[in-house]
Amino acid sequence: MNPIQSLVKDLADKHGRKRESLLPIMQGVVAQEKYLSELAMIEIAREIDISASEVYGTATFYSFLETEKMGKYVIRVCKTITCAMKGKNQVMLTIQNMLKIKLGETTPDRKFTLLETNCLGWCHKAPAMLINDDVYTELTPEKVREVLSMYMKENHVN
Amino acid sequence: MANSYLLKRADFIFRNENDWEKILSNSIKKKPADLINELISSELKGRGGAGFPTGLKWKLTSEAKSDVKYVICNADEGEPGTFKDREILSKVPYKVLTAMAVCGYITGAKQGFIYLRGEYKFLEEELYKAIDEFEYYCKEIKLEFKINIFMGSGAYICGEETALMESMEGRRGEPRNKPPFPSIEGYKEKPTVINNVETLAHAYTIFKEGAKKFYDLGVQYSRGTKLFSVSGDTPKPGIYELELGMSLQDFVYEFGDGDTKAVQVGGASGFLVPRKKFKDAAIGFQGKLTGISLPTGGSMMLFNSSRSMFNVLDNYLEFFREESCGQCTPCRVGCQQLLLGIKAVKRGDKPASYLDKLMRLTETMQLTAKCGLGQSVANSFSSIVENFREEMIY
Repeated sequence: MNPIQSLVKDLADKHGRKRESLLPIMQGVVAQEKYLSELAMIEIAREIDISASEVYGTATFYSFLETEKMGKYVIRVCKTITCAMKGKNQVMLTIQNMLKIKLGETTPDRKFTLLETNCLGWCHKAPAMLINDDVYTELTPEKVREVLSMYMKENHVN
Repeated sequence: MANSYLLKRADFIFRNENDWEKILSNSIKKKPADLINELISSELKGRGGAGFPTGLKWKLTSEAKSDVKYVICNADEGEPGTFKDREILSKVPYKVLTAMAVCGYITGAKQGFIYLRGEYKFLEEELYKAIDEFEYYCKEIKLEFKINIFMGSGAYICGEETALMESMEGRRGEPRNKPPFPSIEGYKEKPTVINNVETLAHAYTIFKEGAKKFYDLGVQYSRGTKLFSVSGDTPKPGIYELELGMSLQDFVYEFGDGDTKAVQVGGASGFLVPRKKFKDAAIGFQGKLTGISLPTGGSMMLFNSSRSMFNVLDNYLEFFREESCGQCTPCRVGCQQLLLGIKAVKRGDKPASYLDKLMRLTETMQLTAKCGLGQSVANSFSSIVENFREEMIY
């Protein structure tokens, strides 16, 4: 059994094989793989016995369930009003310069993907961003440089 | 100005929750009907923004005939400018869990869910620890009630109650037609109480302090306190518990930076109030207070005179265009066209009068969109375009 198949099977054992198990299973795959590959979606469909297009249709509705290959660290910079007012663009430019990628791109070593997202619920500490599940707030170009260097120093790459 | 419209601070929500075991065990000794009456007489209304009377909601589900019922805590806090629910769940989770269990006792539900937005994933682990301890105590007092967390995955629309249930059932988060309402036919077509996090925290206060204490706060039609998420151009951004019914003028005196040009009340789906209308606006539910009364989930975003209202509207519309579920045409196409429209007017490609056409489009959306998202785009659009027309045109 290939690793995706066994991952999906384990998740289905844990969350069940009903329709309402679909989101938890997809979230489990994304937590591990960072995205839902075609293979993963077909496997999920097989496990819970629905059509693969139902899985794809559901996955594409949710912005955190990616269907394109992502980097190990997915950076999501909040672009909603308060963060935008408090310097989100400067943060964004700093990240782009450091990682040498544009919005929506992944670094060649597959370590970082840079995305924008809607309100993260940290407006009182704007601007904010998520790196995977971790929150960073009150960002400035200096602070974001510090945070990113920490991640960049780490050599391990999936 | 009447005294009752002054800004008054309060401290119930974040005050200690160490007595939750006592509140829970005492509550389930009372008759369900008495507890419902307590909630109804407190006049607590939903704190997520829509303001439906909470006691009535619980009553409807308690009267519904079904072996299986559910209680859902809506923690899909996605409205721009709102962040109070995160704070409640991280600081006083037991209040929310207790209110859910009491609701289960009243309605006959044995299963509760917390629908937590994906952006708050970092809360999950701590919350599960609290749930474990909570369920252990429930077993001790022989109350059959389980709570699970269901994680969202980054979709604003899932804060809409029926979309949330679709999402929990493993489908795209597309709102359902109402009726049937969730109280009668909700999650998996079973009677379901769904409440905002803050609503449940207030229910806890009511079970603890009694309905009268809650009712005595606030003003007519808008009883009790409310958490406000304050952000934008303010020297003191943060979360504040205030009595309902204050005038916006008072609010700005307290939280403004001295140069407040406008306040967005209720997030992107709420209303923008310009400076000249501060004194006529009050924060509360229906009923005329001092002129206009603005219901709110508690999002208060302040803008000072350095901000361009065109950029603000542009940002909101981009938000709605992305977050519209795409199910109904008025909202899917409407949000796109509004965004394209204001950009065209700003560039000068369209005459200023085109704004009036766009206003009529928002009226159509208000009348024909399937859910609150499409219907409420008109709120911010018309309040910004009417009050800051000069900033919208080339």
